[in-house]
Amino acid sequence: MDNAINTSLRNLATARSPADLVMRLEDVSYSVGNRAILKGLSLSIPRGSVTGVMGPSGTGKTTLLRLMTGQINADSGRVIVAGEDLGLLSRSQLYTLRKRMGMLFQNGALLTDLSVYENVAYPLREHTDLPEALIARVVLTKLQAVGLRGAADLMPSELSGGMARRVALARAIVMDPEFLIYDEPFAGLDPIAMGMVMRLIRRLNDTLGLTSIIVSHDVAEMALLADYAYVLNAGAIAAQGTPVELAGDPTPAVRQFMAGLEEGPVAFHYPAPDYAQQLLGLVR
Amino acid sequence: MSGVIAQLREKALELTLKTGDFTLFFGRMLVAVPATIARPSLVVAQIYNAGALSLVIIMLAGLFVGMVLGLTGYDILQRYGSEEALGSVSAIALVKELGPVVTALLFAGRAGTAVTSEIGLMKATDQLAALEMMAVDPVRRVCVPRFLGGVVSMPLLAGIFSMIGIFGAQLVGVYLMRVDAGQFWSELQAAMEPRYISEGLIKSCAFGVACSAIAVHEGFRCLPTAEGVSRATTRTVVNSSVAVLIIDYLLTAVML
Repeated sequence: MDNAINTSLRNLATARSPADLVMRLEDVSYSVGNRAILKGLSLSIPRGSVTGVMGPSGTGKTTLLRLMTGQINADSGRVIVAGEDLGLLSRSQLYTLRKRMGMLFQNGALLTDLSVYENVAYPLREHTDLPEALIARVVLTKLQAVGLRGAADLMPSELSGGMARRVALARAIVMDPEFLIYDEPFAGLDPIAMGMVMRLIRRLNDTLGLTSIIVSHDVAEMALLADYAYVLNAGAIAAQGTPVELAGDPTPAVRQFMAGLEEGPVAFHYPAPDYAQQLLGLVR
Repeated sequence: MSGVIAQLREKALELTLKTGDFTLFFGRMLVAVPATIARPSLVVAQIYNAGALSLVIIMLAGLFVGMVLGLTGYDILQRYGSEEALGSVSAIALVKELGPVVTALLFAGRAGTAVTSEIGLMKATDQLAALEMMAVDPVRRVCVPRFLGGVVSMPLLAGIFSMIGIFGAQLVGVYLMRVDAGQFWSELQAAMEPRYISEGLIKSCAFGVACSAIAVHEGFRCLPTAEGVSRATTRTVVNSSVAVLIIDYLLTAVML
C-alpha cells in the first residue's frame, strides 16, 4: 500500500526519465556588492549519491545551496539541475522543477500558523487532489519515519529545535522528491536524533533512489554518511573525493578543516588590529 | 553644492527604483488575484485578521470622533442658531471624509503593521523560502490573501466607523446639548445624498488598496533581521499615512 502511495505521488510530482537526474555547476561565480562569495566554482552531483559539501563557516556553502535551488542566480557560469539551466527557467518552470526537489532548512522553516500535521500535509494539499484519508496515511507514515507521529497535533512553537528539524524533514520527503538538499541537518541534534537522521538520510537515498546533497561542517558525520564530498574554502573548491581520500588530503587548508586545527591557512580570527595595541587604546 | 546634487540624485534614483519595484510587485499581486479568489478560505481568514480584529479600535475611535464632532459642531452652529443642522453636518463630515480617512490611518497602525511584521518574520525565519522550495508562490499564498483581506475590510470598517460616529454625535447633540432628536435625524436624512456615500466608499476602497499593498510590500521586501522588520513596520505606518492623505486630496479634488 505504501509503495502504491509512493508511486502515485511520484507520478504526480514528476514525469521525467531518471536519466537526467544530475546536478552540475559550471564555472559559477557569485558576488554580493564587491565581495566575491563564489569564484569560478565547478562541481557535479552524480545521480543516486549522497554528496557532502563541507567547509568552514563563511566559505559560501549556503550561497551554493541557494544557487542549486534557484533561489538566487549566478553572476556567471551555469547551474544545471536535471538537465535544466536554472538561469534560463521562468518562474513556473522553476516551480515545476522544484516539485521534484525537497529541502531541509537549517532551522526547519515550518509554517508557524499550521500544526505539525498540517505542515507535513501542506505540499500534498497544494500540489495534489488526494483524498483526505490518503493524505492522512502519507503524513502519518512520514511522521512515523522521523519518530514524531505522536506530535502531529502540536504547533511549531511547542517543538524543540531538533524536533522542528525532524518535522521539516518529514515535510521535505512527503512528495517523495528526486533530490533532497539538507542545510546543516545535524546542527543542534541530540545524539539519538542525529543517529536517527543519519540512518534516515541513507535509507531514503538508497531505497527511494534519491540524490542527496548535504551542506554541513560536521566532519565526523559526513565521513560516515557521504559517498563523495567537496571541501569549500574561500569560495572555491579546496578538495574533493571520498571521505577517506579527504581525510588523507595533504592540502594545508583541507587538513586544518578535517582535523579541526586552530593553526593553519584558514584564519579563526576575523581580520583585526593588533590585540595588545587595541586593549591599550593605541588603535581603534 | 556638488555634494548636495549628488545626494539628491542618489535619493531620486533610490525613489525611482523603489517605485518601480513596488509597481512590479503590485502587478504580480494583481495577476495572482484570480487564483487566490478561487481559494476563498485564505481571504476570509485575512478579512478576520484585518477586519474583525480591528473592530474594537475602529468603533471606539468612531464613537469619540463623533462625540467631538457633536460638541464642536453644536458650539459653532448654535452661534448662528442652526444647531438643528448638527445631524447633517456630522453625518456628511463622517461619511465623506472622517470615516474613510481616520479608519485608514487606524488601519495602517493596527492591521498594516501586523501584516508587515508577520510577513517580515516569515521571511526572517525562512518560511517564505520554504514555500518557494515547495513550489508554492509566496506572493499567491501569503501576500495576496492579506492584500485582499485589507481591501475588503477597509470599506466595511469605514462604514462602521461612520455609523458609530453619527451615533456619537447624536449622543452628545441630542442627549447632552438638547438638540431636538427629530430635527437631528430629519436634517441628516434631508442632507445626505447618495453621492456622499459613494464618495466615501470610493475613498475607503482606494485607501484599502494603498494601505494593504504598502503593508504587504514592506513585509515582503524587508531585511530579514529584527531591525529590518522593525524598520519595515515603521515605514508601513508612515508611507500608508502619507499615501492616504495624498489620495484623499486627489480624490476630493476629482469628485468635487
